[in-house]
Amino acid sequence: MSTHRFPAGLTLENLTLTHGQRPAVHHVSGRFAPGSLTAVVGPNGAGKTTLLRALAGLHKPESGRITAEGTARIALLPQLAALDRAFPIACCDVVMQGLWPRIGAFRGVSAEDRHRAEHALAAVGLGGFEKRPVGTLSAGQTQRLLFARLLVQDADILLLDEPFNAVDAKTSADLLRLVREWHGQGRTVIAVLHDLDLVAREFPETLLLARDAIAWGPTAEALSAANRLKARMMAEAWSEEAEHCHRAA
Amino acid sequence: MYDLLIAPFADFGFLRRALVGCLALSVSAPVLGVFLVLRRMSLTADVLAHGALPGVALAFLLAGFSAPLLWFGGLVAGLLVAVGAGALSRATGGREDATLAALYLLALGLGVALISMGGGGGADITHILFGSVLGVDDPALLLMAGVATVTLAVLAFAWRPLVLECFDPAFAAAAGARGGLWHMVFQALVVVNVLSAFQALGTLMAVGLMMLPAIASRHWAREVSGMAYAAVGLALVSSYAGLVLSFHADVPSGPAIVLVAGGAWAVSVLIGPVDGLLPRLLRRRHLAG
Repeated sequence: MSTHRFPAGLTLENLTLTHGQRPAVHHVSGRFAPGSLTAVVGPNGAGKTTLLRALAGLHKPESGRITAEGTARIALLPQLAALDRAFPIACCDVVMQGLWPRIGAFRGVSAEDRHRAEHALAAVGLGGFEKRPVGTLSAGQTQRLLFARLLVQDADILLLDEPFNAVDAKTSADLLRLVREWHGQGRTVIAVLHDLDLVAREFPETLLLARDAIAWGPTAEALSAANRLKARMMAEAWSEEAEHCHRAA
Repeated sequence: MYDLLIAPFADFGFLRRALVGCLALSVSAPVLGVFLVLRRMSLTADVLAHGALPGVALAFLLAGFSAPLLWFGGLVAGLLVAVGAGALSRATGGREDATLAALYLLALGLGVALISMGGGGGADITHILFGSVLGVDDPALLLMAGVATVTLAVLAFAWRPLVLECFDPAFAAAAGARGGLWHMVFQALVVVNVLSAFQALGTLMAVGLMMLPAIASRHWAREVSGMAYAAVGLALVSSYAGLVLSFHADVPSGPAIVLVAGGAWAVSVLIGPVDGLLPRLLRRRHLAG
């Protein structure tokens, strides 16, 4: 896992995602360039998670398109809360779930795969945790475990949904190092984040989302005071009298 | 000792058949039960079994005690309740468990009404509701063995996606594991296993051998695979001991097997090494680090 072979990007064309009739992401166009490291920020309910799910192919666009370049392998890190942490499964088995794209339901796990899983666990600071049940891990350790699974998955595009929530400073520093490593290998990383200081420090690109894309570009510009104000102005509650949107689909 | 434990099976062919049938069931049903527990669907199997009752009753009214027909009637009714609940809750936005409860209560009422309308002898009703070792004839035995074989084969293929889908549905979907498809296959397996238990355990208690060992198994292992082995072991023991009890105490086979399985569960809760009550009381001093 040195330098990555095929940098892959994602292009959005006039993308609208809805829950029922309500838009969660509204007429967004732009491009996650190959090898870019982008933070997606915005108020709660701004459509960040929905966008990530759509990029992963889990949410069908109401209109517009998402195009991945080439045969990009996409990996999603769901929010920690979406996981059944009481499920009786050992850490090494969770990490080996990352092999799914290659071995699917039926093919066997080779000794080499096992080694990779062990290396991944060691890389996230969970060496020796192979046999531990997931239920005994703390929130931070569980997040480390999911990062190990991402390591094994070896994807071209990584989608991280609030990767540093409920995680202490040391853990987020360790995980951030992995994100930087992925970026250095030429992988495309897109992360939903709330900590603007962290974004300003570590993420070159930012998509400021408040249903509409308020700004998308170099972080310093995207997070300008004017843009942040605009994002805050996003109507928190939707209007009961909202009319049908007439923008071209 | 021989008279108590072995003679009944040596002397009576019908009891031998019932034993083989229940052992076959014990190999497949509890594994499904483990996944039902992990998916917080412990009551689903029960609902399916009760939902199947009107189909069984109707077939009984029309054709008498004919195993294949009873089975087919139950299959249709059970699938209607299961699929209907899912479709109805999606269409109306209600909770699936509530819709399921409504449908199965309706089905249970309908089933009991149909049986009493038929006015068949009380013995027949007892057989349908509580199971009868006499009910395990050759076709029933072939059915039970066939269902167990198919279930184990499918589970062997579906194991990884099922575990993945339970543990992290979003990841499973993103990785293209087709969790929804496997979920449907899984539910179909639950239905046929419940129905294959009808003959020996009766409609009311068909799920006993599926759920009780599965619920008990979490006290014996910390991983899904270990739990599956433990559940199968407990079910095998319960089947045998239950039939012995049924024979000597002259109670129907369904309640006898379920009682033994329930006893095994209680013992597991008490002395099971994982989260058992007794091991907690005898807890050793905490480690230094």
